[in-house]
Amino acid sequence: MYAFQYRKAKTLKEVGEWLAKDDEAKLLSGGMTLIPTLKARLAQPTQLIDINGISELSGIEVKGDVLSIGAATRHQEVATSKVVRDALPALASLAANIGDPQVRNRGTIGGSVANNDPAADYPAAVLGLNAKIITNKREIVAEDFFQGMFATALEAGELIVRIAFPLPKKAAYAKFPHPATGYAMAGVFVAETADGIRVAVTGAGEGVFRWSDAEAALGKKMDAAALEKLTLSTDNLNEDIHGTREYRAQLAKVMAARAVAAITGKK
Amino acid sequence: MAKITMTVNGKKSTGDVEDRALLANFLRDELKLTGTHVGCDTSQCGACTVHVDGRAIKSCTMLAVQADGAEVVTIEGLAKNGKLHPAQQAFTECHALQCGFCTPGMIMTTAALIKDNPKPSDEEIVHGLEGNLCRCTGYLNIVKAVKRAAELQAK
Repeated sequence: MYAFQYRKAKTLKEVGEWLAKDDEAKLLSGGMTLIPTLKARLAQPTQLIDINGISELSGIEVKGDVLSIGAATRHQEVATSKVVRDALPALASLAANIGDPQVRNRGTIGGSVANNDPAADYPAAVLGLNAKIITNKREIVAEDFFQGMFATALEAGELIVRIAFPLPKKAAYAKFPHPATGYAMAGVFVAETADGIRVAVTGAGEGVFRWSDAEAALGKKMDAAALEKLTLSTDNLNEDIHGTREYRAQLAKVMAARAVAAITGKK
Repeated sequence: MAKITMTVNGKKSTGDVEDRALLANFLRDELKLTGTHVGCDTSQCGACTVHVDGRAIKSCTMLAVQADGAEVVTIEGLAKNGKLHPAQQAFTECHALQCGFCTPGMIMTTAALIKDNPKPSDEEIVHGLEGNLCRCTGYLNIVKAVKRAAELQAK
């Protein structure tokens, strides 16, 4: 690791001020991506601003039809929170299957969403429900937030404060984890929302995306059989040592069918 | 440099660390608690697992300064009054090791697992050990040991 200065912020205001003064500073939340990156000397920030323990970034609550989760909430808290399990069980079970227990005890929802790893789990739920990303400067809907591999709408000096999930009628997430890393080879979040069916795919492409053909088919009939004739276009899918584009397209379809089966209760 | 103080295995420990020092470095190099192993150094193997404020974490992926003020338990602090922790006892009884390098991490993860889930199924054990790697492929006995640890804990 290259040397850096560590500072622990107490308030959101302080974070904003420190970031404004130093565009080479990085935020440290759970550190589950950042610390390994630093250890591999793939980044050389001047400062790490620790945002753990800032009260504005914590807390889980349901208000009306919206589940709001503070950015510094750890995966383990989301997975075990009674509020989340009652209001949006698909999100609790998604969180319970991120990485491994030690990662879930440190990693945070805000960190995962801000990092936008193309194989991360949370982006599927955020896009699948068109959640609102509330930052220290504005609100951004998921549709506008994710901008491809590790890219988001966040600007310099901007950090995620909370994520607000509109509660769906029903939702489910199914993923095929890479057996070694636990990252999604393909993960699919299916939701019956007030605006219709939404299907978001992570892991398979350069970033999370919606599968509109599947949304249309499921809109006609919410049944896994409705997906059988579909083929996910391989145009923007990933191909690497772990699998071909075609393999990922097939995996995404199978995961979509599993998510639908979890919603309908039919196999 | 930062001056940090934390409770390690029930004892107040203070030290000066570089901002970039990892908790694993502080425990091993400053406090000489070398039971915490650094296996992969890429946050994957879990050999460095310790408990921070009651939760299992990989000490190679947390800065020492972040543990300032925290309650830390390492493998050296698990036995109480000369009596092995159920996880340690079970790993011994079930011979849940071959080379033993991953064992401190496996035991720390097991101790946390059976605290959260006192009666884990085989599937829950395998899921719970996902963050710990054994390169000797000794998993069968490790899973047995976790089951046994849960039994011993219940006694």
